[in-house]
Amino acid sequence: MFNASAQDAANGKTLFMGKCASCHNVTKKGTGPALGGLEERHKWADHNEILKWAHNPTGYMATDPYTQGLKAEYGSLMQAFPDLTLKEVDDIVAYINVTWNEFKNPKPDAGAGAGAPAATGNSALIFGLISIVLGVVALILMQVNSNLKKMSDDAEGILRPEPVPFYRNKVYIAMIALVFFVIGGYYVSKGAIGLGRQKDYQPVQPIYYSHKVHAGINQINCLYCHGSAWDSKHAAIPSVNICMNCHKAINAYEKGPKLYDEDGKEINGTAEIEKLFAAAGFDPKNPAKWDPSMAKPIEWVKIHNLPDHVYFNHSQHIRAGKVQCQSCHGEITAMDEVKQVADLSMGWCINCHRQTKVDFNYSQGKGNQFYSIYEKFHNDIKSGKMDSVTVENIGGLECQKCHY
Amino acid sequence: MSNNYWQGFGEVNDPENLEKFTKDEFTEELPFEGFDDKGLVDAKAPRRDFLKYLGFSTAAATLAASCKIPVRKAIPYANKPENLVPGVPKYYATTYVQDGDVVPVVAKVRDGRPIKIEGNTLSTSTNGGTSARVQASVLDLYDMYRTRHPLQKGKDGEFTEVPTFEKFDQLVGDAMKAAGGQVVLLTSTINSPSTLDVISKYAGLRHIQYDGVSYSGMLLANEASGFGKKLPTYKFDAAKVIVSLGADFLGTWLSPVEFAAGYSKGRKIDEKNPTMSKHYQFEGSLSMTGANADERFTHRPSETGVVASALLGALNGSSVSVSDAKLAAGIKKVAADLAAHNGEALVVCGSNDKNVQLIVNAINDKIGANGKTIDWSSTVNYRAGIDSEMNDLIAQMESGAVGTLLICGANPAYTWADGARFAAALKKVKVTVSFSPKLDETTSLCEYVLPSPHFLESWGDAALNSNTTCFIQPTIYPLFKTRPFQTSLLKWSGQGADYDEYFKNYWTAKLGSEEAYFKALQDGLVTTASAGAGGNYNGAGLTEAIAAVSAKKGTGTELVLYQKTSIGTGAQAGNPWLQELPDPVTKATWDNYAMISMAKATELGIKLNSDYEYYPEKPVVEITIGKNTIKLPVLVIPGMNADTIAIAVGYGRNEAIGVTAAGVGVNAYPFAVYNGSTIDNYVSGVTVTKTSEQYKIAQTQKHNSYENRKEVVRETTLASFKKSPNVLPDWSEELEKEYYQGANGSFRSNATLYPDPNGRTHEIHWGMSIDMNSCTGCAACVVACSAENNVSVVGKREVLRYHDMHWLRIDRYFVSDEKDPDNLKAVVFQPMMCQHCDNAPCENVCPVAATNHSSEGINQMAYNRCIGTRYCANNCPFKVRRFNWADYTGADSFPDNRDQQLIGKLDSVIEQMNDDLTRMVLNPDVTVRSRGVMEKCSFCVQRLQAAKLDAKKENRMLKGDDAKTACQMACPTNAIVFGNAWDKESSVNKVREENKQRMFHVLEQLHVLPNVTYMAKLRNTDEEDKNWGEAEHAGAEHAGGEHGEMDGLPSSTKPDSTAH
Repeated sequence: MFNASAQDAANGKTLFMGKCASCHNVTKKGTGPALGGLEERHKWADHNEILKWAHNPTGYMATDPYTQGLKAEYGSLMQAFPDLTLKEVDDIVAYINVTWNEFKNPKPDAGAGAGAPAATGNSALIFGLISIVLGVVALILMQVNSNLKKMSDDAEGILRPEPVPFYRNKVYIAMIALVFFVIGGYYVSKGAIGLGRQKDYQPVQPIYYSHKVHAGINQINCLYCHGSAWDSKHAAIPSVNICMNCHKAINAYEKGPKLYDEDGKEINGTAEIEKLFAAAGFDPKNPAKWDPSMAKPIEWVKIHNLPDHVYFNHSQHIRAGKVQCQSCHGEITAMDEVKQVADLSMGWCINCHRQTKVDFNYSQGKGNQFYSIYEKFHNDIKSGKMDSVTVENIGGLECQKCHY
Repeated sequence: MSNNYWQGFGEVNDPENLEKFTKDEFTEELPFEGFDDKGLVDAKAPRRDFLKYLGFSTAAATLAASCKIPVRKAIPYANKPENLVPGVPKYYATTYVQDGDVVPVVAKVRDGRPIKIEGNTLSTSTNGGTSARVQASVLDLYDMYRTRHPLQKGKDGEFTEVPTFEKFDQLVGDAMKAAGGQVVLLTSTINSPSTLDVISKYAGLRHIQYDGVSYSGMLLANEASGFGKKLPTYKFDAAKVIVSLGADFLGTWLSPVEFAAGYSKGRKIDEKNPTMSKHYQFEGSLSMTGANADERFTHRPSETGVVASALLGALNGSSVSVSDAKLAAGIKKVAADLAAHNGEALVVCGSNDKNVQLIVNAINDKIGANGKTIDWSSTVNYRAGIDSEMNDLIAQMESGAVGTLLICGANPAYTWADGARFAAALKKVKVTVSFSPKLDETTSLCEYVLPSPHFLESWGDAALNSNTTCFIQPTIYPLFKTRPFQTSLLKWSGQGADYDEYFKNYWTAKLGSEEAYFKALQDGLVTTASAGAGGNYNGAGLTEAIAAVSAKKGTGTELVLYQKTSIGTGAQAGNPWLQELPDPVTKATWDNYAMISMAKATELGIKLNSDYEYYPEKPVVEITIGKNTIKLPVLVIPGMNADTIAIAVGYGRNEAIGVTAAGVGVNAYPFAVYNGSTIDNYVSGVTVTKTSEQYKIAQTQKHNSYENRKEVVRETTLASFKKSPNVLPDWSEELEKEYYQGANGSFRSNATLYPDPNGRTHEIHWGMSIDMNSCTGCAACVVACSAENNVSVVGKREVLRYHDMHWLRIDRYFVSDEKDPDNLKAVVFQPMMCQHCDNAPCENVCPVAATNHSSEGINQMAYNRCIGTRYCANNCPFKVRRFNWADYTGADSFPDNRDQQLIGKLDSVIEQMNDDLTRMVLNPDVTVRSRGVMEKCSFCVQRLQAAKLDAKKENRMLKGDDAKTACQMACPTNAIVFGNAWDKESSVNKVREENKQRMFHVLEQLHVLPNVTYMAKLRNTDEEDKNWGEAEHAGAEHAGGEHGEMDGLPSSTKPDSTAH
C-alpha cells in the first residue's frame, strides 16, 4: 500500500481535485462518503472493483447491497466516470492513502526551514554595516593622511596652499552626487517599472467571501465555481446561481473558524451569506418561493488585472499546461479575502516559461499528443542531448506567444 | 514592344520625376513648431525647445503614472446561460440579406456580441465565400446612426418618439382608417418565402417591389422568351467561354459571391495540362470584372444592343457591321469561339434594356447554354422589381389614389431616376410609414417610422434559389426598440401573432417537424428537390428587339452609371469600412468621381504627368445633360472607351445616414433615364467641361513604391506559359546558384546576418500561398482583415496623407504595351501583406527588438515594445507596415488624444469608430493599438495560437489546415491558402508542390525568404509575351553580368560590391 511513489500520489491529487473533490473529502463526509481508508471497506482493496463502480454506478449497484446502502445513506448516486482508467484509480487511491495517513499520524509542524532566508537577510545587513563602517574608516584615514601630510610639509617647510575642506572638495562633491544619482536612478527606474503593478492588492469585496472556508476547509474544487477556466481564457467569477446551488441549503455560518477583516474586526458570516441572498432575491424562510430569474449580479472587485496588450488564457495553463491554480494565485485555500500574490510582471511570466517542462513524453503513451510534432526534440531526448523540453523550447518566450 | 506593368501614369510618362516624388516613404516633416523651416539646428532656440519637450513629457508621464490605478469591477452573470462560456466564441449560421442579395454566413459571437462574419461552407453555391459588403455588415449592426425607437412626425416636421409599439399600432391604424384609398407596400426585392406569405395574407395590400439598380429588363425579356419573370442560375464553373456584355458579375451584378466561386473553378490551373476558361468582356468603362477578362473590347454604353445583335448575327453567319474595326474583329472572334464551344459557353449582359436581353437570350439559346451553363430549373429571386410598376405607382400617388404607403428597404427618393418627383408624390399620400433602420432620404419624408432590426438581430429566411432556402437567426438581443416589419403587417392585418412565432410555425409545418426546423437553423439552409425544368426558349420578339436596338444611336459623350464593389447601390454607404475600402480599379477611397478615358483627358487638357499622378488634387469637371448638372473630380483610367464617362452610384447621401456617408461624393442616380418601360443606366450626349476647380481624391495605390522592381508581379499569357513553363523556377535556381549558395552551399543560410533559418525553426512553419489567377480583386479579404484585427479606419484626410492602416492591400497593376498604355491587355490584382520573411530586413533595424522572428516563421510585432522609429517600415521592401500616426482607436493612455494641433485634424468618422456602441465590434483577442506604434499583418496569430491550443486540449497533433486566416476564409475564390507549410498533408504545401512552375516569391532577388508564395497570373490568350522569355534571359544575364547593373539586386548581395 505504501509503495506508491510520490509521483503517483501527485497525479492522484490532480485527478482527485478534478473529479472527486466536489463531492468527496478524504477525512470527512461530504455529498458522498469520506474516502480515507477506503481499501479497508467493502471490496475496494481490489481497484478493479472501484473501476467497475466508477464506470457504471447504476449497473454496479444493481447487484451490490453495500453500494445500495450507501445510496440510501447519502440520498444520491455517484455520477459515472466512464473514461477513468485503472492507473488513474491507482493514483487516486495512492493520494487518498497518503492524505489519510498524514491525517492519522500528523507530523510535527515543519517550521525549521524558515530560518534560512532570514539569515541571508541578516548577512546582507551585516555586510552593509561593515561597508559603511569601512567607508567611514577610509574617510577618517584620508583626513588623517592629509593632516599628517600637512604636518610633515610644515615640518619640512614646504609651502602649500590651505587645503580645501572636505565639504568643498570637488572630488567629494562629485562622488556624493554620483552616489545619489545612482541610488536615485535605481529607485526611480524601479518605481517606474513597478507602475501599474498591484502585488498584494487586496480590495474590500462587496461580500466577505472566504476562499479559506470554501476551498480550504470545505475543499470545494476551484473549477466547481471557476469552471470556465477549463474551457476559456477567463476564469470567470461564478454567477449568483452557482453560489445558490449550495447556499440554498447552507444559510448560516456556524461551524467554521471565526472570520476577521483586515483591521481585525470580526465578521459575521451569516450576515455575509444574507448579502448573497439579497442579491439572489432568496428568502431562506420561504425557499419554495424563490425565483432565480430575479437575481441581480454581484459587483465584485477585480483583483488580477492584466494590461490590454497581454493575452492570457486560463485553459491554456490549467488544461494544456496542467498548472495548479495555486502556482500563480498562491495559497488561495488559506486566504480569507483574496489578495494578489504574484506581481504579474512579464519577468515573472517568463521565468515560469523558462522553467516549466511541457507534457512531452508521448512515446510512453503519456504526455500530450500535440507535442509529437516536435520530432527534433524527441530525437534529442532519445539521444540524450536534452532531458526535458521546457515551454521556452517550443516558443514560450516569443513575443507573439502572449502579445497580439 | 514588350509588356509594361504599371500602376499610374507617372510611371509611364514621367518616370524620372516620379522617382523624386516617391523617394521619401514618410513625406512629412517632423511635427515641431517654431522652426521657421530652418531645421532643428538653425531654429531659434532648439535646445530650449528640446528641454521644454523633455520637461513636459517627463512631467506628463509622471502625472499619468501617478494617477491612482482605477478599481475595476468584475461583474458575473446573475444566471449564467448554460451553454455559454465567457471568452469562448460561439458560431451561429445565419444569412446576410440586403435588398435581395443573399449570402449564407456564420456569425462569430463573442460574449453575446457578433464580431465577425464568415461564409457558410455548407452552401454549395457560395462555397463559404463572402464579399466586402457581407464582411462589413457586422459593423452596420453597431451603427450609431440607426433609428433607436419608433418615430412620429409632428406638425413642425420634427420626429418625436412613440413610446410603445401598441401606441404606434394604434396611431397608424387610426390614420389608415381615416385615409382610406389603396394600401401599398413598397419594398426592395423580397426573397423570403415566409415574408411573402405574410404579405399575401394581408387582405387588400398591394405589394410592389422596387430595386435601386434595376434588372427589370432581364426579367421582362426572360418572361417574353418563355422562361417566366424569373432569373436563372448561372453556372460559370461549367462554362469554358464566358462572354460578358457589360455585366460586372464578379463585383456587383446579381450574385457576385456565387459567380466568383463558380468562375474561379474554371480559372484554376493544373500545371500538367494547363487549361482555363476564356473570358471576354465588352464594356464602356473598366469594371472589376473587365479587369479580370482575358480579352476586353470597349464600346459606347449605348452600343451594348448593337454588339449583342452583331454577335448574334455573327453566330448566324452574317457579317459584322460595326464601325469600330477592333470591336468588329473582337465580335467575330468571340462568335467563332462561342460557336466552337456549344453547350460550354455563357453570355451574360448587364443591360437593363428588355430588347438587349432578348437578343442575349437568343445568343444563349444558339450556343446551347440553356440547361448547360444556364440552369432554368433553379431560378433565383435576387431582383424582382419592375420599373414600370414603380413608375405607375408614382403616377397613382400623384393622383391621390394611394391612401397609405408602407415602405421597407426601398429608398426611391434617393435611387429613383427622378427622385424629386417621387418625393413630391409622397406628399400626396396621406399615411406614409417607413420601416427603414435609418432615416434615409425616403424615410425622412415619411410620417411614421418603425425601424426594423438588423439581420443579425432578426429571425427570417431568404431563398438563395428555388431549391435552397437560407435561414436567419438572431445572434444578439435587439440593441434598439425595433420590430420586424412583418410583425407590423401581421398586427395590422389582424393576425395578431409576432413574426418570430409565425416564422417558426411556418417552417415547422413546412419542414415537417420541430427537429427538422432546428436542424435547418443550425445548418443555416435547407435544400429541397428541384422544382422542374422551367420553360423553353421560344424566340418571341427577337426581330423587333434587333430592330429596336439598331435604331438606338448614341451621340457625343456618354455617361454610364456603375456600382462600386464596396458601396453598391448605397444601402451600406454609412459603413466606414466600406467607405475606406479602395476601389479595385481606381484604388480611390471615400469618394465617387468621373472615370474618363485617356483620350478624353487629352481633349479636356489634362496632362498625365507626375503632378497629376502624385498630388491628390484632381481636376474637376462639370457634367451636364438637360437640367441635371454635377461637378465631379476626374480620374483618368486606361482601357476606357474614349467617349465614355463612368460615375458610381451610392454617394451623396443625407446627413441622417451618418457622418461617414454624409457629404461624400455626389448622387449620380438622377442621370439614369426612365425610357418608358425600364431604367437605362446610361445617357448619351452629355456635355463635359473642365472647371478651374480642383478636388482631392484619396487614392492608395501610389502610397508605396517598389522603386521599379517589377519582379514583384508575375504575369503572362497561357500560350507563353505553355511554351516556356520553367521561367520562374529557372530564375530562382539561377539566383540561388549565382548569389546565395556561397561557400557553404546553402541557399537559405548564406547571405544572411541571422543564424541559419533552418536551424531556428521547429516543426511548425506557417505559410501562405496566393493564386493571382484566382484573385478577382474583390477586396472581401481587406474588410475581413479589418474586422478580425481591429484595423482602424482613419478617414479621408488621413488617407490623403498616406496614413491608411489596411494590413492587407490589393495592388493593382495595369498591363499594357510599353508604347501604348491605353491599350490595356490585362489588369493584375495582387493581395499584398506582410510576407513574414525568414530573413526579414525590418527585424535587423529595429533598435528595441520590437519586431523579431518566431520559431514558427512569423515576423512578430510587439506593439508595446515599439517606440515608433519607423525604421522597419523604411526598410521593408514590400511597404506593408503601417504606423499609427494618431490615436485612431482611443487606446492611448491620455484620454481624448485625437484632436491636436500638431498632427492635424482628424475626420469625424474617427469619432464614430470610437463610440462605445461601434467599439462593440472590436475583437477582444487582438490588442487595440495606440498612437505611435507600428503594426502589420500578423498572419492572424490569434487564430494560430487558438488552433494550437485546441489541438493541445484535444490531445492530438496539429493538422496542417487547422488554422485559417481571416482573409483566407473571406475569399470567395479560394485564392488564398494558408497552413503549416512543413506539414506534407497541408493544403498550402500541396498547392506549392503542385504549382512549382507558377510559384514565385515577390522580389526574390532580395533574398528575404518570404513565407508567402504567389502563383503567377495567366491570361488565356495566344499572344506571345516577350517579357516572359526575357525573364529567362534576364537570369542568364545576371549570371554573367559581373559588370552589368543588376536591377533590384541589393548591393550587398552583388558579388563584386563592397560593404557600405
